[in-house]
Amino acid sequence: MARMAITLTVNGQARSLDVEPDTPLLWAIRDTLGLTGTKFGCGVAACGACTVHINGKAERSCSIPVSAIGGASIITIEGLAAGGKLNAVQQAWLDQQVPQCGYCQSGMIMAVSALLAEKPHATDAEVDHAITNICRCGTFARIRKAIQTLAADQGGGA
Amino acid sequence: MGKWTRRAFIGAGVLVGGGLVIGVTGAALAPVRHGLRDEDAENIGQLTTWILITPDNAVTVLIPHCEMGQGAQTALAMMAAEEMDADWANVRVKEAPATDEYANAYIVRAFVNDVPGPFERGFDYGTYRLARWFGLQVTGGSMSVRGTGHHGMRVAGAAAREMLVAAAAKTFGVSAGECTVANSRVTHAASNRSATFGELAKAATQESVPTHPALKDPKSYTLRRKPQQRIDLRSKVDGSAIYGIDYTMPGLLHAAVEIAPVIGGKLVSVDTSAAEKMPGVKKVVQLEEAVAVVADSYWRARTALASLKPQFDDAGHGAVSSASIAEAFDKAIGAAPEMPAAATVIKADYTVPFLPHATMEPMACTARVNGDRAEIWAGTQDPLNARKTAADALGISPENVQYTNLALGGGFGRKLPGNLDFVGMSARIAKAASPAPVKMIWSRETDMQHGYYRPAGMSRFAGALDASGRPVAITSLYAGGGDGESTFMPYAIDDMKHSARDAKHPVRTGPWRSVLNSQHGFFKESFIDEMAHAAKKDPFAFRRDLMTDQPRFKAVLERLAAMANWGSPLPPREGRGIAICESFGSIVGEIAHVSVSPEGVLKVKEVCAVADCGDVVNTDTAAAQLEGGVMFGLSAALLGAVTIKDGKVEQTNFYDFRTMILRDAPTVRVDFVISGAHPGGLGEPGVPPIAAAVTNAIFAATGIRVRELPIKNAKLAATT
Repeated sequence: MARMAITLTVNGQARSLDVEPDTPLLWAIRDTLGLTGTKFGCGVAACGACTVHINGKAERSCSIPVSAIGGASIITIEGLAAGGKLNAVQQAWLDQQVPQCGYCQSGMIMAVSALLAEKPHATDAEVDHAITNICRCGTFARIRKAIQTLAADQGGGA
Repeated sequence: MGKWTRRAFIGAGVLVGGGLVIGVTGAALAPVRHGLRDEDAENIGQLTTWILITPDNAVTVLIPHCEMGQGAQTALAMMAAEEMDADWANVRVKEAPATDEYANAYIVRAFVNDVPGPFERGFDYGTYRLARWFGLQVTGGSMSVRGTGHHGMRVAGAAAREMLVAAAAKTFGVSAGECTVANSRVTHAASNRSATFGELAKAATQESVPTHPALKDPKSYTLRRKPQQRIDLRSKVDGSAIYGIDYTMPGLLHAAVEIAPVIGGKLVSVDTSAAEKMPGVKKVVQLEEAVAVVADSYWRARTALASLKPQFDDAGHGAVSSASIAEAFDKAIGAAPEMPAAATVIKADYTVPFLPHATMEPMACTARVNGDRAEIWAGTQDPLNARKTAADALGISPENVQYTNLALGGGFGRKLPGNLDFVGMSARIAKAASPAPVKMIWSRETDMQHGYYRPAGMSRFAGALDASGRPVAITSLYAGGGDGESTFMPYAIDDMKHSARDAKHPVRTGPWRSVLNSQHGFFKESFIDEMAHAAKKDPFAFRRDLMTDQPRFKAVLERLAAMANWGSPLPPREGRGIAICESFGSIVGEIAHVSVSPEGVLKVKEVCAVADCGDVVNTDTAAAQLEGGVMFGLSAALLGAVTIKDGKVEQTNFYDFRTMILRDAPTVRVDFVISGAHPGGLGEPGVPPIAAAVTNAIFAATGIRVRELPIKNAKLAATT
């Protein structure tokens, strides 16, 4: 498959890439654009470590080829904090001291941000349905608490 | 706290710009440390220097342990800062470089608490030699706080404080005893004078180094035993933390690998001609056990790798299966243990499967090899051993390898010495592509199928109860590994024996969060529960009444039962289960509350955990470690298994090796008993009790006894 010039809109900036069209968005983001906050965990959309926002929706970037993105707006973990100020989910993650190793947390935060943007007062059942990311350190109790705090407060923050 | 009977050398030196550096190191290092009052700051990084005090009033603590989520770096800095009375806002942390001087002999020392006085010196020297021998700079064994922190950080902090106070007293022309210290400032109240650590740092270097600095009475702690935010977390919510897999540099090439699928298999042949012509491919590297493609991007390397059709042999292991291993265990153990004549004799077999670490970050390592020199970048639990592993793989001296440790996306034992195969492999691939730097990333499939698994195991128990329901004998025969600590039961039963049986298999095994305790915690705390029910006694009261010689266990168990409201009524098909284990110097008891639907769907609703780890440094990270241990152990107990078929690991990725996700996670409540005992670890001890707590709760809810993990394979539906 021959390389082709592709333009992606990542964190509000147009970025030109020259990659094979079947390259997963994850590797374009990490290796070509150098944004390593988005993590590789499984390569088959099973773990959620690679979650980014595509037009505001949480998507698993390891399983989406760059050719399928078109002009969609992509936000990565690096693009969440506007002007260095953490968004509400990131701040809640700090307040609850959620991360342990932290490797899955970029994806967790992206998934939760997208959910709360859509459903600011998401119920536990809605959260259970939407947040299927894997964490191995076992931070789930604090993830739950952080989300509940956000959903009870001003509601979301993406 | 216990009497301070440590033999160590405390040294001090001068930093460029007039700062004070203070270090504590093992006794055997002392001969070369006497001349340490050295104006040459070039050497500072090469010393066992742990605390730097600079004129800008910052206190920088060098930590010889990696951060893999356990919060150890924060806790260790707190231990030093507490003894110093340093201003926590001005305390910084740096991970120590991978040089021999940081080999933490203390981690060996901390495995043994009460060394008889006359042997103290010999012991320290011996353990020092041992640590040097293995090149240990390990983060494992739940060791950071109880080893480095307890024996090193506290002492370095206290020594620094004494030197700063002495310098202040001289400056003020008063006696040291009249000065007080708080928030990095020494004050002489009577004359209303004070000076910051930064102002005193230069003068303090002229003070003599105390050999036995006074340690604080824990009652006067202001920083410890309170929650403090972890220093590394901001970078873990904004995406800026650099893990091993994230390392990059100009001209970096990328490698994807395929390893022989059968355990121990070797590469026989591979046609590389087509792949070598694929876009971006620089080289196809044939290793003894694998084939790798090096390309200008990871995706191109992976794509080319997928086009290869390598032939591997099976190393004669093609017939190995989980069934054949279970059969070998059963045969090695043989007949159930003999029991004395007693009113009631019960027998039970328990089995547990192999488990992968499945760290979220798959194995990844960057290497650059140039002649007889190499540079390595990765996240491992033992930087010194990683350096040696790379050196051995390249046939060069460790001194010629520069190793940089980066954040770890999970460790759980996978990145400990003996398990650093991926570092050696990365070095060999980079050698073939020399002098280009090459980052090797394992696919999840490779990671899943080439682990060092938690050993599968089996234990065959028999126990006897007298007519009053009191246990008089417990015997177990087990295969798959065990030791005195993991098989220890805290119950006053006259006749208790646990014996290992040897059953060999070729599956690679290694330490997995809590090591042998994860198997034996399930075995022994399931069986004591079965004995309680056979005796028609309450499982909590039965255990407590047998803890006559174990006041610490008893205190934990009683706190736990009160916390979980043990004994209060529950709806039908709900139950509580209790289990308690000691590991890594800490005693942890857990109660699981479960429900089982008539269709057999299990829900773990809540877990309560109580730990006696002696003392607690950072209450928040301590709680996080217990919570994490519960979740990690629970995920394995409910869902985790690696199975072997035709000599291969059957599972490939997270869709066939399932782990817990948010919806499966119970509420977890934790509490600590501050017993003042020698500090125990916390990274692992939350794991061992959880499997039995859940299966014991399932029994309470349904009458069904689960004796084989994972629980997902058990049939829990109500019989009609």
